[in-house]
Formats: sequence, structure tokens, C-alpha cells
Amino acid sequence: MINLTQREIKGKYKRTVLGQAWSLVNPIAIMAMYAVVFAFVLKARPEAGDPSGLDVFALWLASALLPWMFFNNVVVTGMGSIVGNANLIQKVYFPRETLVLSNSMSWLFTFAIEMAVLVLATLLFGGEPLLTLPVTIVLMALLAAFATGIAFLLAVANVYFRDTQHFVGIAMQLWFYATPIVYPVSLVADAHPTIATIYRINPMERFSEAFRNTMYDGRLPSLGTMAYVVVVSLGVLCLGYVVFRRREGRLAEEL
Amino acid sequence: MSTAITVDGVSKRFRLYKERNQSLKAALMRGRRASYEEFWALRDVSFEIPTGSTFGLIGENGSGKSTLLKCIARILQPDNGRVSVNGSMAALLELGSGFHPELSGRENVYLNGSILGMKKPEIDRKFDSIVDFAGIEQFIDQPVKNYSSGMYVRLGFSVAINIDPDVLLVDEVLAVGDAMFQEKCMEKFAEFRRAGKTVVIVSHAMGSMRSLCDNVAWLKHGELIEVGPSNDVVDTYVDEGHVERVESPDGSARWGSGEAQLTSIEMLDARGEPTTRAHTGDQVTFRMHFDTTKPIDKPVFGLALETVEGTYVWGHHSRDGNLVPDRIEGRGSIDLVVPALPLQTNTYDLNASIVDYTTTHTYDFRRACYRFDVLNGTPHESGGLVVLGGRWGHLTAASPEPASNTTTIPSGATAPSTRK
Repeated sequence: MINLTQREIKGKYKRTVLGQAWSLVNPIAIMAMYAVVFAFVLKARPEAGDPSGLDVFALWLASALLPWMFFNNVVVTGMGSIVGNANLIQKVYFPRETLVLSNSMSWLFTFAIEMAVLVLATLLFGGEPLLTLPVTIVLMALLAAFATGIAFLLAVANVYFRDTQHFVGIAMQLWFYATPIVYPVSLVADAHPTIATIYRINPMERFSEAFRNTMYDGRLPSLGTMAYVVVVSLGVLCLGYVVFRRREGRLAEEL
Repeated sequence: MSTAITVDGVSKRFRLYKERNQSLKAALMRGRRASYEEFWALRDVSFEIPTGSTFGLIGENGSGKSTLLKCIARILQPDNGRVSVNGSMAALLELGSGFHPELSGRENVYLNGSILGMKKPEIDRKFDSIVDFAGIEQFIDQPVKNYSSGMYVRLGFSVAINIDPDVLLVDEVLAVGDAMFQEKCMEKFAEFRRAGKTVVIVSHAMGSMRSLCDNVAWLKHGELIEVGPSNDVVDTYVDEGHVERVESPDGSARWGSGEAQLTSIEMLDARGEPTTRAHTGDQVTFRMHFDTTKPIDKPVFGLALETVEGTYVWGHHSRDGNLVPDRIEGRGSIDLVVPALPLQTNTYDLNASIVDYTTTHTYDFRRACYRFDVLNGTPHESGGLVVLGGRWGHLTAASPEPASNTTTIPSGATAPSTRK
């Protein structure tokens, strides 16, 4: 399992000049793009962090965008990990869930580095993410569990229906904009009470809010949000794992 | 004796999809996933493999051997029945699967080892012997995508064999690498067996199955036909596979302009009866029947022998044999008489031809048009393809003992074995 994780991490950027640095360059570039588009072109103005008083769009964006990118990566590559390793599955016996798990672990490794950089940057701009750091770490673990659970489900679905991966590409785009990452949650929450309620069912909305609370605002997320996140994450992980285990035995012949 | 592997009423069904709906749209439109036919790759197979024995699985292609092996290896789940294995297990189904092409040989050894179930300290301990066995010390830090296919396979085999499992499953992978590496593999297998480990082998090489295995199971169309001591089962299996030779075996080829045609070729024994078997030293006659569509001037008839492996043994044509008719027309035949067949035990193919006098234009050439077996006869010599009729004698020795005291060595006992 650890070896497989290392294989993922090492294999990902093999034969590139920058190597592991790409795992940082990538999110920074995307962040810069969104920051320019939304802060300057569309003039999005999120409220200043409360109580941190931070008012830096890039940091505000990153505190929700980095978790989203982690989630997206785990789901998309985790989904392909079974089909992509077909030769291995058909020739060697080993617990198949290690493929999905090691994929998640390798992204979690990258995610941790990104978050560490973000913590440093926030400190530099006068934020106070350190006090709430333990909660952030718990949130990261929960997000990993949530993403892995979905990856389990989609990995199995992808074996039976190969167009799952194309479908998921679109769904993830939609999901991205249904989550307050590039715009403040108030934009939707203030619109209409019913819409706001439906909107808040989205677990990623809760995750975004929670990460923004701990990283940007410098306060603890509300108890309701935390409870919801814990229940949904562990529930999805269990569901994904059970479904995966049930289908595991037949994977070799269905591939 | 304890049992290493119990196979209990195992059946495995595959779905043969008529039209595989791997797209969601197709599935939704039909309201079900796919239509398929069922195919039973294995049906109610049961046997036990005692600990410390070497067990072989034989059968034709598609008889379910590999499926059974995969069921034992837990890669496939049987639909009915149960397989239980005592002790750790490693399967050599495909070597080097799971290698990451961009990673170095060293990293891949660790990766592959852990996929196969080894812990890191264990690999640390065995690393040197793995690399040493594969014989690629020099290249161990190169990415494996730069390896030659032989190196790739050798490293894969080396990792797998060094796991040191209680039960080893092997699928037709004995034939990898060069002769030297194969020898090393066979030694490793022998070592394995001496250490009291259980080995299960799937192979088509009946000779090695006979010598390697204690017991053999014979599968046919997914059903177990026979289990028992390897010699008995292999014999029955080979007997069933060996029907009387048909005149034109598969792989025969024919070309030529066609003005003259070889209608049939036969081998006759001393009594003039057609046969596909002869003994060393027998008188045989090869008879070629021909037919022409127009008169052919000065035709030359040719015959040649090859072993089934393709070694050119002998050739002779009628121009060199000083029999060239001025002209042939219509049906006819010509004989080549061999007074005493100087061939050793083997299977031979006959090539026959009619060409023009310059031997540059071919009227008809039939490759491997007649196959026959040569069985032991007189004289009996130890090995090879031909019988020279040589005799041992005139021993001169510095020893004071008279020559009459030397023990007679029974022929064939110490000499290289005859080819089967």
C-alpha cells in the first residue's frame, strides 16, 4: 500500500524537469487565473475575514479552491484507477481497494503540502490559521474520506460503464459552480430561502465553508456544519467501501 | 499427508456478451445491462493437492486450466464451490505485470514485491538475491522501460520466485529467458520441491510435466477427466491426442504452376501396404502419384524429409538419381525405394515436388504432405536423427586388465536420450 502510494507519487512527475514542484505550480497557476478573472474582471468582493480581518482575494479563494482541487483529483483519478490497472488486476491477487486508497493517499500528500504553503501565506498576510489548524487537519481527513468513498463508487461503475468517466467530467464542472468556491456563499444564501436550503445539502458547500472558516476567517465552523460533514463523509466512505467489496471479486473478469 | 490445496466442486461461468453495453446510453435504452450467453469454463471440478507435491494441470487450449489456476490464485471467484489454500501463495501468471515503466528496476522490485505480498524489510533482505538471480546488477537503477524484454521477464520471475511462498502457481512461464536462465529456473524449482513446498504448474510441455509433476489433473472442456500419478494421466492424454496420422497434416503448403500435379504421396512398408509408421532398418517405399494436364518433357521428381521441428534431414531428386523420363502424360506414379531406413525415432514430414529439368520451374510442390513416425528398430543407436550402423570395438587401454573384463554398457543407458 505504501509502496503503491510511492509509485503514484513518483510516477506522476517522472521525467519532468520540475518534478514534484509541478504539484505546486499547478494549483498556483489555476488560483492566479481564477483570482484575475473573478477579482478583477468580474469584480467579486467577498467580505473580509471575520474575526481575522483578512481581505486578500487570493487567500480567500485558495482556502476553498485547494480542498476542491484535492476532491476533484481523488475522484477523477480514483475512478480510473481500476480500469487503468486492468493488467495488474487480471494477473495478480492483492486487495483491490489498495489501488483506490493509494491514489487517495498520494493526492493527500500533495494536498498537505499545498495547505502548508497556504498556512504560511496566510500567516504572512496577518491571518491566524494556526489556532484552528487541528480542525483544518480533521477537515482534510474527512474530505479525504468523502472523496475516497465517491471514488470507490465511481471506480466500480466505471468498470461496468466506461462512459462514467466522461459523464463525471461534466458533473464535476457543474458541482464546482454549485459550490461557493469562486463566489461567496452569501450570493446564493441571500437570494431565496428555499434555494438556500437545497443549496446547503451539497456536502462540498459545507466543506468549503468549513475550510474558509478555519483558514481564512480564523474561527471554528458551526457545530451543525461539522456534524453534517462528519456524518456525510463517513457515510459515503462506508457505502463506497461496502459496494466496492461486494463487486471486488468479479472485477477481474468484468474488466 | 496434509493437503495444501482443496478444490471442491468448483464451477466458473463466463458471460459471453453478444453486444457489450459498456455505455450508459445503450444500457438505458435496452433496460438491462447486456444480453449474454453463459459459458461454463469449469464444471464441478474437485481434487486435492497434498503438501509438498508438484501438481500439473493439462488439457487442450480452452479446457479451463488457466481459469482454474486463476481461481486458485483468487484472481477469479468461482460461481460454485470452494477453493481453500493452506499457507502463503504466489502466482506466476504473467511476469513483470505491475512494473511501472518509468521507475527504476530497484523501485520496481520493491513495488512488485509488495504487490505480491512481501513486507519492506523482507524485500530488503532478499534484494541482492533477487537482482543476482535476474542477472541485471548493472541495470538495476535504469528505468525498466529501457530493459530488453528478456531482462524485464527475468526480473519479474526473480521477484516472484524469491517471495518464497508455501504454494507456487505457475502458468506456462517456464519457457522464459535464454537457456542459462531456464536452467536456473529449473534449479530453483527443484530447490522449492526439496524444501517441501507445493507447486502447481500449467503446461503443454508433456515431457517436462512427466518429469516435474507427481500428480496431474486432466481437464477437458472445463470438466475433470482424470487425476492421478503424472505418468499414467499424461500417457492417456497423449494417447487420446494421437490419432492415426492423416495424409495431409495442417501446415501443409502447396505451390506450383500446375501442369503436372502430385495427386497423392504414400509410404509403403515391405509388404507394399501404405503405412504411417516404420521402424529403423525397415524397407520402405515412397510412392508419388501424379497427373498432368499437358505433356511434360523431362520432369524431375523430388523428395525431402524434415523433422516436425523443421530440421532438414535428407533430400534427393530423380535427376541426381538418373531417372529422367523424356516425357510424361496423364496419370502415373514413381517409387523411391529405401532398402533400410536409416532414421532414428522421431516424427518426419515429407516434401514432394515435380519440377522441370533445370529445377528452376516448379510444376507442383507439396510441403509436409505426408507425416510418419519412426519407431525403434534395428540397428538401435543412442540418439540423434540418423542411424550410422556404427560398431564399438578395438579398445586399447593402458590398464593391465584384459579388455574382456570391461563391463558392457547397455546401449542408450548413458548416452544422450533420444528425441521424442
